[in-house]
Amino acid sequence: MTTATMDAPAAEAPAGIVRHRRLVAPIALGAIGLLSLIVFGFGTQGGLETTFAIARPTDFVDIPDFAVPSQATAIILSLVALGLAGLSFWFAWAHRPVPLWLYSAFALAVIFAMLTWVGAGKGSTSMQITGLLIGSVFLAVPLVFGALAGTLCERSGIINIAIEGQLLAGAFLAAVVAGGVASASGSRALGAYMGLIAAPIAGALVGAALALFAVKYWVNQIVVGVVLNVLVVGVTNFLFGTLLKENPDLNQAIGLPRLPIPLLHQIPIIGPVLFNSNMVVYLMYIIVIVMNIMLFKSRWGLRVRAVGEHPRAADTVGIKVNRTRVRNTILGGAIAGLGGAFFTVANGLAFGKEMTGGKGFIALAAMILGRWSPKGALAAGLLFGFADALREQFGIVGSSIPSQFLAMLPYLATIFAVAGLVGHVRPPAAEGIPYKK
Amino acid sequence: MKLELRGITKRFGDFTANDRIDLLVESGTVHALLGENGAGKSTLMNVLFGLYDADEGEVLLNDEPVVFAGPGDAMAAGIGMVHQHFMLVHPFTVAENVMLGHEDVTGPAKLLDLEAARAKVREISERFNFNVDPDAVIEDLPVGAQQRVEIIKALSRDASVLILDEPTAVLTPQETDELLGIVRDLRDAGTAVVLITHKLREVKAVADTITVIRRGKVVGTAEPTASQEELASLMVGRAVTMRVDKDEAKPGETMLSVDGLTVVDEAGIVQLDGVSFDVKAGEILAIAGVQGNGQTELTEALLGIVPSDAGSATLDGEVITGKAIKDILMSGLGFVPEDRTEDGIVAPMTIANNLILDIHDRKPYSRGGVLQPKVIAEEARKHVEQFDVRATSIEQTTGSLSGGNQQKVVLARELSRPLKLLIASNPTRGLDVGSIEFVHKRIVAERDGGAAVIIVSAELDEVVALADRIAVMYHGRIVGIVPPDTDRDTLGLMMAGAHDEEEAA
Repeated sequence: MTTATMDAPAAEAPAGIVRHRRLVAPIALGAIGLLSLIVFGFGTQGGLETTFAIARPTDFVDIPDFAVPSQATAIILSLVALGLAGLSFWFAWAHRPVPLWLYSAFALAVIFAMLTWVGAGKGSTSMQITGLLIGSVFLAVPLVFGALAGTLCERSGIINIAIEGQLLAGAFLAAVVAGGVASASGSRALGAYMGLIAAPIAGALVGAALALFAVKYWVNQIVVGVVLNVLVVGVTNFLFGTLLKENPDLNQAIGLPRLPIPLLHQIPIIGPVLFNSNMVVYLMYIIVIVMNIMLFKSRWGLRVRAVGEHPRAADTVGIKVNRTRVRNTILGGAIAGLGGAFFTVANGLAFGKEMTGGKGFIALAAMILGRWSPKGALAAGLLFGFADALREQFGIVGSSIPSQFLAMLPYLATIFAVAGLVGHVRPPAAEGIPYKK
Repeated sequence: MKLELRGITKRFGDFTANDRIDLLVESGTVHALLGENGAGKSTLMNVLFGLYDADEGEVLLNDEPVVFAGPGDAMAAGIGMVHQHFMLVHPFTVAENVMLGHEDVTGPAKLLDLEAARAKVREISERFNFNVDPDAVIEDLPVGAQQRVEIIKALSRDASVLILDEPTAVLTPQETDELLGIVRDLRDAGTAVVLITHKLREVKAVADTITVIRRGKVVGTAEPTASQEELASLMVGRAVTMRVDKDEAKPGETMLSVDGLTVVDEAGIVQLDGVSFDVKAGEILAIAGVQGNGQTELTEALLGIVPSDAGSATLDGEVITGKAIKDILMSGLGFVPEDRTEDGIVAPMTIANNLILDIHDRKPYSRGGVLQPKVIAEEARKHVEQFDVRATSIEQTTGSLSGGNQQKVVLARELSRPLKLLIASNPTRGLDVGSIEFVHKRIVAERDGGAAVIIVSAELDEVVALADRIAVMYHGRIVGIVPPDTDRDTLGLMMAGAHDEEEAA
């Protein structure tokens, strides 16, 4: 074998074909672990303590806050991380895929090392673990919905850059319908639920426009998506300045009621995180589960994926390629629109100009990091949400890391993920290409 | 089952691809549809399969007229098709590909019944000895196996008519023999097989009836007992010689020396694995091999358009690997790419401009950064005449020329520099016979003029006809270099990776 030094024949590869060992990820893990040891471990003064708070007042059992010696804990966690990095190196060397649990455990170790470091010596303002997790889930909601929408469209071969616009349209219509129904009927809860029903309709309309131009007129899908985003911003801004200004009733701060699940919501940690949310959050979990099963186990899903990978092959077995794409794009728009309801009725806020603030684009990143799968979208959305929540928490505790840096981290992770560091990320083969007979 | 096409006419704009074609296919027979590339065979089958709408004519199934709105209808009527470019979804498994479009579902949630699909694949695979694993992912399978998956796909839908469109284009001779065996088995099982091809050997081996198509029209039918020469002349419209007239090569000094050339692609797969060989001045080295075994990477690495990861190439004493493409071209390399329309010409540009693509920035074609249209036109007229490019004007866009004339433009450009080495990949793919003869003649003339020549061709006939020596490539390596009179079976075995030390010259 006359190849570079990092090459070696893989056992399963046919003769003559040699695969590179992917050592980049283990090396990156090692570097992060080392950094964690130096900064969080040795960077913490000795003799300080970090206090973690877990319990919430509503829980069954009261778990007392606990304090750990900061420096020792940070060092141990960093060493654990380094050990995991070594293990990942071993996996890569043996040409075995590095398992996901290893990455998760590594991330957990480094994050706790960081939390210990940030909270060192700040006993009075303890690190609120449960609060952090609640914030993560909440902030993840629009990202997960957006990523699900993107997954649904791209799996069928349509690139949906218009997620941002779909979120915004959903947020707008949800607020307006909620306000209208609430002032007409006098029931704020009814208004909120009607808003929740209206939101996907707004998103679906944007999706339908995308489908029309992308499928019927073969316009470049990225260009259409960008234009639609600008269009929705323009329309909502205009209506905000005219319709909503003249009728303040239509834009009230109306929130969906919380639906705590009996008993379950009192379990420490997971109770408040998972079982004490409003309808939008529960819907998110339901859609993730249903979509994951449908996409990978159902007839519909097999056909959708075939259309996104090799539309001509799908056509030759009698699958209507363009019909599938139009349906998926509209359905994807509806899901993004539903996610838009997060900004208004799920948050109990009135509509504000451009209030989605680029979450639709971050959702695209979550879709890619989630490898175009619903459960991946959930995981990636939660990761981004966690980073956001972390930033908020550090702001409260008063950390020495500029919060902007923390806010950047997940996106850096995405860029590396997309560049193929974490693994083989491959989009549907036919995405963005109009199907012409 | 009886399938009949009557008076099928299909036009694309002014171009008539099928002109009143009649065809009758009956079960338990193999019907060969013979014709050159571009004769309209695939168009006809796409009409039959419902992918195109016919402008005139009708399709009759058991004497009943039928109209297929799409492939789904055709399949429901029992017509299966194995396309030249496989219609397989690469990240899917065999079972998923086979079930796609007519999936069985199971359970209260109506989820895919993969177990049923697997069983079906296994059943058909065992019946015809296909040896296909239902859980294998398509992209991991060799092309021969992918083709068998396509056949399973058709059979799983109870196809009683099976259309095979150029099925052997991507197969080794041994895989071809296997396929022909499968075709016979299918026929004996009562299937009507339509074999679309331009390869006479295959037609003679399995066909029961032969229909010959030329320029969109049926020009005759023939018995499989007809000689290859008879079939060939029917196919191309005149008598053809199956060989290239050339004198004995008079090899001179070593012109190109390749040493351990290696190319690793983006995915980290070694596409070219330490290839070493020499080509002498005045000799043609033809590279044989099934497509995708490193030939493309070899030629592109020599041109410098693909970076080589190890090894070197030396042209007339000068190392060319790592140099800029422009410098390599100017040091005497002529390059005829394998995809003429994609890499050989700029289709929307005029013939005149295409002819000076390589030298547009030099005097006298440009002065002070400004093109000199008069000089360019004069030069173009000369080339058009020399290379017999049939065009109405040199200002015509190159894309509007026929394939043969486009290739002549490429050759005219590449051969107008003083060459030390000519590399031509599939130089006659898709050309009519007249153009093929012309291209071959020019290539031989270049050899006799003292250049080293490398020909890459997927057509074994062309390799054998042109070569002074044959190098066979397999999995990115040269399996061996053999004289041109080596018999086909040996070449075929080498193309499948078998290494015979004694044969290596």
